[in-house]
Amino acid sequence: MTERRTEDLRVSRRRLLGVSGVGVLAGAAAGAGLVSAARADEDKAPAAGGAIPFHGAHQSGIATPVQDRLHFAAFDVVTDDRAKLAGLLKDWTAAAAAMTAGRPHGAGAVGGIPEAPPDDTGEALGLPASRLTLTIGFGAGLFESGGKDRFGLRARRPAALVDLPHFAGDRLDPERSGGDLAVQACADDPQVAVHAIRNLARIGFGVVSVRWSQLGFGKTSSTTPEEHTPRNMMGFKDGTSNIPGTDAELLDRHVWAAPADGSDWMAGGSYLVARRIRMHIETWDRTSLKEQEQLIGRDKAEGAAFGRTKERDPVILDRMEPNAHVRLVHPDTNGGIRILRRGYSFTDGSDGLGRLDAGLFFIAYQRDPRKGFIPLQRSLAADGLNEYLQHVGSGIWACPPGVRQGGFWGEGLF
Amino acid sequence: MRAAPVVALVGAATVSMSLLTGCGDDGGNDGATGAKGSAAAITVDATDTTCDVAKKELPAGTTTFKVTNKGSKVTEVYIYAPGDKIVTERENIGPGTGVELTTQLNAGKYQLACKPGMVGDGIRQDLTVTGQADHAADPRLTAALTAYKAYVNAQVDDTIATTGKFVAAVKKGDVAEAKKLYAPSRVGWERIEPVAESFGDLDPRVDLREADLEKGQKWTGWHRLEKALWKTKSVKGEAQYADQLVKDLAELKAKVSAETLDPPITPASMANGAKELLDEVATGKITGEEEIFSHTDLVDFAANLDGARKVHELLLPVVREKDAALAGTLDKEFQNVTDLLAEYKKGDGYVSYDTVGKADRKKLSTAVDALAEPLSRLAGVVSR
Repeated sequence: MTERRTEDLRVSRRRLLGVSGVGVLAGAAAGAGLVSAARADEDKAPAAGGAIPFHGAHQSGIATPVQDRLHFAAFDVVTDDRAKLAGLLKDWTAAAAAMTAGRPHGAGAVGGIPEAPPDDTGEALGLPASRLTLTIGFGAGLFESGGKDRFGLRARRPAALVDLPHFAGDRLDPERSGGDLAVQACADDPQVAVHAIRNLARIGFGVVSVRWSQLGFGKTSSTTPEEHTPRNMMGFKDGTSNIPGTDAELLDRHVWAAPADGSDWMAGGSYLVARRIRMHIETWDRTSLKEQEQLIGRDKAEGAAFGRTKERDPVILDRMEPNAHVRLVHPDTNGGIRILRRGYSFTDGSDGLGRLDAGLFFIAYQRDPRKGFIPLQRSLAADGLNEYLQHVGSGIWACPPGVRQGGFWGEGLF
Repeated sequence: MRAAPVVALVGAATVSMSLLTGCGDDGGNDGATGAKGSAAAITVDATDTTCDVAKKELPAGTTTFKVTNKGSKVTEVYIYAPGDKIVTERENIGPGTGVELTTQLNAGKYQLACKPGMVGDGIRQDLTVTGQADHAADPRLTAALTAYKAYVNAQVDDTIATTGKFVAAVKKGDVAEAKKLYAPSRVGWERIEPVAESFGDLDPRVDLREADLEKGQKWTGWHRLEKALWKTKSVKGEAQYADQLVKDLAELKAKVSAETLDPPITPASMANGAKELLDEVATGKITGEEEIFSHTDLVDFAANLDGARKVHELLLPVVREKDAALAGTLDKEFQNVTDLLAEYKKGDGYVSYDTVGKADRKKLSTAVDALAEPLSRLAGVVSR
């Protein structure tokens, strides 16, 4: 990024802070997470080329207005050396700070010693920061793996970082599940997101190995309620009543872990649950409009709840079918539980049987999964949509708080 | 293997290297941040109001700036070419900490800027770079080249001797004996393959895989015989290919024993060759594509590893001095892959690769990546 002056970047950062602040999440759904979001050109958030500040009280990429594209990667730690792991987190932090600011990592992609491979892989040269955020999460394997306390961290595992139970209908593929570390890269340009994960994976050789990764091509939920709600692969608006990223009070109540929650190093962090949800696209497409709308609990065109005319009108739960998705995951059905959804649609080619391998890569952030995703997903055992869905990948990670200047990811843990 | 210029900067300043390379190296992790240390680091003392550069007139070539932040604000350092084109930069240098910034500078005018607080145009110092990069050879590198050439010749002699026995069995029609001798005959070749590959069409004649055949291309070499032995289970009509293999290896011997190799071997090409051997492992052996009929991939894997390790050992005296952390990492990662591979030993050779499951292949692949990534920096280190 030799083209860009840092001064320009800083200007755009200031502009950012001045404008819309954070994103939104709200509401209703979990599980299959059918709800909402907006398109980049409609965003009131920072312009597509802007940079999102990396440092702060919370990690970016959670309450941040949802970007258009995703590259999510889960890693296994392949060393038992605690110092090497901490060293990697420092190196990753430096690379993340550079790349989110729109700069190449290390000594750059060009201009170094011609006989040596460049530090940066180069495919993002000349591209703007594209609102790239990089968000890290720590999996259970970091605290204990095969009964072994590899890094002396066992005692520091937060109680909220539980192993997810089996949910009815789960058909999880171990090769698409779990991971000692996870990194969520979101950006408005897919090449910028892929570049970030690729470079982190390269920096990590010898310490971590990619376990699985997932590309998402279109955001579903939005954290900015004033925007148009995006549609998921079922053709319905998804994320209508997500938690707004601007609502500090809701975020504190439902998303950010607090010191009182029992794990000091997680204060200001959040818990991430990701699920790869395959949709049986072809059978869904053969379903009548009426049945589709009954299964969701909203109409397809507007997204209005049954008995209402506008998307944002309050829902009337008993007007919906008892097994309607929105009814089952609504906060009123679940003791007020809310989670922040940030999922993406995916299509990974086809499955060899002539069907699309497509669906929703569901991502949710919450203060405590035991009072968030887990009870909501249990409520969905009766979901009429289950006939059209299959959960095939899963993971849960503790995302530490944000990084201060000069600090590093997970500093409070090490 | 393309020839690369040798830029060996040695001199009085090198004695201080071990001190310099320790700087900023936390947690023993050295994998990611690129080149560290070089022959003559130039001190840059940054404070909140000053930016003192110890030397502003520099010779062309690779220069390392040793930056120390003696101020109270986080700072960053840039080197600009005219028009504020960034040559290199390093940000987030905390108070009381230091970094090393290594860059290639050609003759010309530059500016070095310290930016306390990481804002504004910074405090600038003019740099003038003159002359041409120093191409004088390090005698230790010359010694490494001589030793490597001897190694290459010994390996070619070995592969010629073992292939002679293999070919005799093929021509006798003794399939069982030929199968036993096939993998060992390739070991010497696999250890020095990047050198052989540098001689144009010799490599495809000797080592082409069936899947890589172009339309109309005649298939000769080891893998043709491999298919006859394991798939067709008959070597009828293969004698001419057995003879051709012997002839081609004799041609290889003539080329590697020449006074001056064409193209020549350089420290950078040696180091790149080591990296290429690991590339071979990563793309051909880990996947089981190399020995698709015989499944003797792990024998080739071990030979590739041996050849790469030899290069590492020969360059080690220089690498230890120029980048001690890299030398240590390579020692460790070579040992790690060697140990992992040893788990698959069986008799004089290795288990058949089709018995190695996906999870074990992933383990091998992870260990190879952990070695190949730092190994890819070796050529840059011996070139500066």
